[in-house]
Amino acid sequence: MRHSTGYIFLFAGAICIICAIVVCSSEVSLSELHKNNARLDKQKNILYAAGLARSSENLSSEDVQLRFGRVKAIAIHVEDGELAPEIDPDFYDARKAAVDPKAGRSAPPNASAIKRMARHAIIYHILEDSGEVGMIVLPIEGYGLWGTLYGFLALDADAKTVRGLTYYQHKETPGLGGEVDNPDWKALWPDRVAFDESGEVAIEVIKGQAGLPVGDPHRIDGLSGATITSRGVTNMLHFWLGEDGFGPYLKNFTQVNNDSIK
Amino acid sequence: MTTEAKKVLLDPLIENNPIALQVLGICSALAVTTKMDTALVMCGAVIFVLMASNVSISFLRDYIPTNIRIIVQLTIIASLVIVADQFLKAYVYDISKQLSVFVGLIITNCIIMGRAEAYAMQNGVGSSLLDAVGNGFGYSLILIATALLRELFGAGKIYGQVIFPAVHEGGWYYPNGIMVSSAGAFFIIGLFIWLIRTIRPDQIEEQELG
Repeated sequence: MRHSTGYIFLFAGAICIICAIVVCSSEVSLSELHKNNARLDKQKNILYAAGLARSSENLSSEDVQLRFGRVKAIAIHVEDGELAPEIDPDFYDARKAAVDPKAGRSAPPNASAIKRMARHAIIYHILEDSGEVGMIVLPIEGYGLWGTLYGFLALDADAKTVRGLTYYQHKETPGLGGEVDNPDWKALWPDRVAFDESGEVAIEVIKGQAGLPVGDPHRIDGLSGATITSRGVTNMLHFWLGEDGFGPYLKNFTQVNNDSIK
Repeated sequence: MTTEAKKVLLDPLIENNPIALQVLGICSALAVTTKMDTALVMCGAVIFVLMASNVSISFLRDYIPTNIRIIVQLTIIASLVIVADQFLKAYVYDISKQLSVFVGLIITNCIIMGRAEAYAMQNGVGSSLLDAVGNGFGYSLILIATALLRELFGAGKIYGQVIFPAVHEGGWYYPNGIMVSSAGAFFIIGLFIWLIRTIRPDQIEEQELG
């Protein structure tokens, strides 16, 4: 069948408009659900890192909300570790900010292959029933073998002892580097000490087996067959706990905490 | 149901299976079959897109100008895939996260373009729908069977339920690493093709000379 050029343009235009309407209306009508899902997913992962929930549990959104009542999101300046009250933690997207020319900056040289980082970060305090901070949850990211791993590290209120580590997004090989998700491996983290006596970051994923936290506080079993992923985990912890990462904030936090005890 | 309609619906299951005979849609068949739940959701998405695209393209077949038909088909398919992806993100968020780019890649799944171009452009709405259902289930049959074997031997589970307790979870079964990687899917799909062609020797292609 032959069609005139005018008809072809008209037809193409009509198809485009109809398809655009279909796509837009599905996007708009479902966007509320999408936002809720993404937020719920993040909240769940913070709870996993802090040990307030287990990934094997089937949590409803009400359960998550209930447990998340103890979590307080706080915006900080990464560089000096001061609070950033001008940022609303609910709407801050650190990944978007990192690539933004104003809200992000190039990262200092690091072994984790982090190229840009956001000027601000959202960290979380897990509050005890008494209202005191029981744990600090920090967002971490860094390169493994195939891509960037994104996760959360939970520290005790002493800002030194690890309470948990969890990754919510990565591309490591299932069965090898992908074992960063293995509950047995994650169970090795609590009670390890991230810093040594002199305040340097000392935590390290080693090749082979480490001892119990009491006798061997700074080392973690390596993931067998995943040397590069293991090294990636070490690198990113050194970066994010160090001076270029959350080091300044953790110093401020300890200071304030000590003052309040005095 | 007429014999013709039955043929359109049932042929793609074994006789003319899109994966096993036509060897189309292999990319997603390798990518999403490590576990049953991802495979099932993927099948649902493909069946939805295939049905909707076949119906709408068949409905428009007399109006689509021949010289821009491919791009029109692609526009319709791409829109449907985006809609499917939005629904998965809204209602099965965890699985859609695991499927990641592969839902979007349904656009390039040759089965869908293939059925639009080869069938829906020439046939009525009713038989195009049957053709879509048949091909969708033919694709799903291979995908689900592959996922079943990969999850069983790769993780010792079926649909997340432990069948063989794995060693690293305190059981006796050593999970087979090949099953978890894409190579495992190649072997399994290859074995399916072999099996089907042994039962139906007429599917064996003539050896190319030279």
